[in-house]
Amino acid sequence: MTGTTTGSDPIITGPGQKKGSDPVAWARANLFSSWGNTLTTLVIAALLWKLALPFLDWALVKAVWWSPDGSSCRKPEAGACWALIADKHRFMLFGTYPFDAQWRPALASLTFVALYVLSAIRACWRPWLALVWLAGLAAIGVLMWGGVFGLVFVENERWGGLALTLLLATFGIALAFPLSILLALGRRSTMPVIRWLAIGYIELIRGVPLISLLFMASVMLPLFLPEGVSIDKLLRAQIAMILFAAAYLAEVVRGGLQAIPRGQYEAAQALGLSYWKMMGLIILPQALRISIPPLVNTFIAFFKDTSLVLIIGLFDLLTTIKVSITEPKWTGFGVEAYLFASVVYFMFCFAMSRYSQALEASLGAAQSRTTGKGAA
Amino acid sequence: MIELSRVNKWYGDFHVLKDIDIKVSKGEKVVVCGPSGSGKSTMIRLINRLETHQSGRIVVDGIELSDDLKAVDAIRREVGMVFQSFNLFPHLTVMENLTLAPIWVRKMPKRAAEEHAAHFLERVRIPEQADKYPGQLSGGQQQRVAIARALCMRPKVMLFDEPTSALDPEMIKEVLDVMIELAREGMTMVCVTHEMGFAKTVADRVVFMDQGEIVEAAPPESFFEAPETDRAKLFLSQILGH
Repeated sequence: MTGTTTGSDPIITGPGQKKGSDPVAWARANLFSSWGNTLTTLVIAALLWKLALPFLDWALVKAVWWSPDGSSCRKPEAGACWALIADKHRFMLFGTYPFDAQWRPALASLTFVALYVLSAIRACWRPWLALVWLAGLAAIGVLMWGGVFGLVFVENERWGGLALTLLLATFGIALAFPLSILLALGRRSTMPVIRWLAIGYIELIRGVPLISLLFMASVMLPLFLPEGVSIDKLLRAQIAMILFAAAYLAEVVRGGLQAIPRGQYEAAQALGLSYWKMMGLIILPQALRISIPPLVNTFIAFFKDTSLVLIIGLFDLLTTIKVSITEPKWTGFGVEAYLFASVVYFMFCFAMSRYSQALEASLGAAQSRTTGKGAA
Repeated sequence: MIELSRVNKWYGDFHVLKDIDIKVSKGEKVVVCGPSGSGKSTMIRLINRLETHQSGRIVVDGIELSDDLKAVDAIRREVGMVFQSFNLFPHLTVMENLTLAPIWVRKMPKRAAEEHAAHFLERVRIPEQADKYPGQLSGGQQQRVAIARALCMRPKVMLFDEPTSALDPEMIKEVLDVMIELAREGMTMVCVTHEMGFAKTVADRVVFMDQGEIVEAAPPESFFEAPETDRAKLFLSQILGH
């Protein structure tokens, strides 16, 4: 018996799985092992040949990298016109911010990124991180507005580009998230008034498009305010976005809350924990952990939704890029401009996505062993 | 210590508990048994208000249970509970499970709470598991941690709601041993269980419930030797018969 089994081993292992450095053997085993595989390989190769090569040719080989007046981009043999980005990148990234002072939004954007990176490191999850954020946001405020330390004052009507996008997204998420937790708890409250308020709020806000909320904030709201009172347009848009995101996030958090077994509530109550301690120490840590994938999903969607502020005349990243190609010498190069926009958005969204996966893995390390066994 | 008088509870139209009268004095050990659906779990969950009653009076340690949250909190601090499904907090280590309530409810300093917790882990015979997560322990170990967690609050009464029903047979003994030891130290205990051996060893009284009523209450010797009612006889023949 044993002899037979050993004899059939090479078939089980298969010649294809052998880790060799021979590319021909590897290709034969993995790409051409059957008729189906061979056909798939050929089709993919043909597609690559047809699509990827011309793209690389256009994007890299024939690309025009430098042309201040855009004339070389108009030549028939020219490929991608990256000269547009070279010429307009300052406007794309910083909008109508005074040209000489654009190091300020640049530094502010870097400060944002530094704060994100710092917050991503678990060893930094200490009370002092809140102080770092406060200091960082104060520095960003000083940089953007100026008016002190010899910096020229820049009103926020002129803010734009990446700094504005990061500003809207960061404040949006940072303030919407706690609000959403309160709404989710409210929706599950045993007190009818609180529950109905939370349900009413969530359903009302979720039921309207973000665009209409932004319109309301920018056009309708001033009509209701008393004479002489005015709230800054940027602030109004920001508030509208916070309210919108909170409604969506609340439902994600509620989903997490519902996944926590009743026994966890009972054990916490039996130990004498009050409602808020039970929620803060027992229920929410578990509920938010299992909600990480849908939460980050919503964060990413929200980050991209900030581009909708263009309809009320704020110059976020996508708007400045759009405006760049209205200039006569660059008209017709929309593909290049939007590719650039895609790359910038992708960098931030992909970073969020990767980070959430890593966080899930490290937080779940202990708990996955629990779910495997269960309490039965 | 615990006094229930003429307590009634309904789930909708269903009358779960009918005129329950029971008194548990300090240091007494009461075992509650009965067929499933007889209301025995519901009854002990009334004592720390995980369930609410609709009529009658429940007094624990001199405090009457009512909608007054302060009274409920005060009683919960004095009453420890162990559940059938352990209900440890899976995101916290064993040590954190044990120190959480002493720190946040009793306001003990962290160091003191940890020393205190280590002492109780010793008593349930798993001092070496302090830094593990509940999911890494066996069922019997988890239930012993759950007992230690309740004891860390220094309760005056311990409630056990079928503490061994979810355990594999070979782990039942290790949990019962801990409970017997606790009983010998004089803890007031109310225990819903089908472990008749445990009842014979430690109980001062066995309370037999059926269909929401207390049918019989007697010391274990007389209950097991000479049950008075037919329902108790039938129940005993079913659980001891095989």
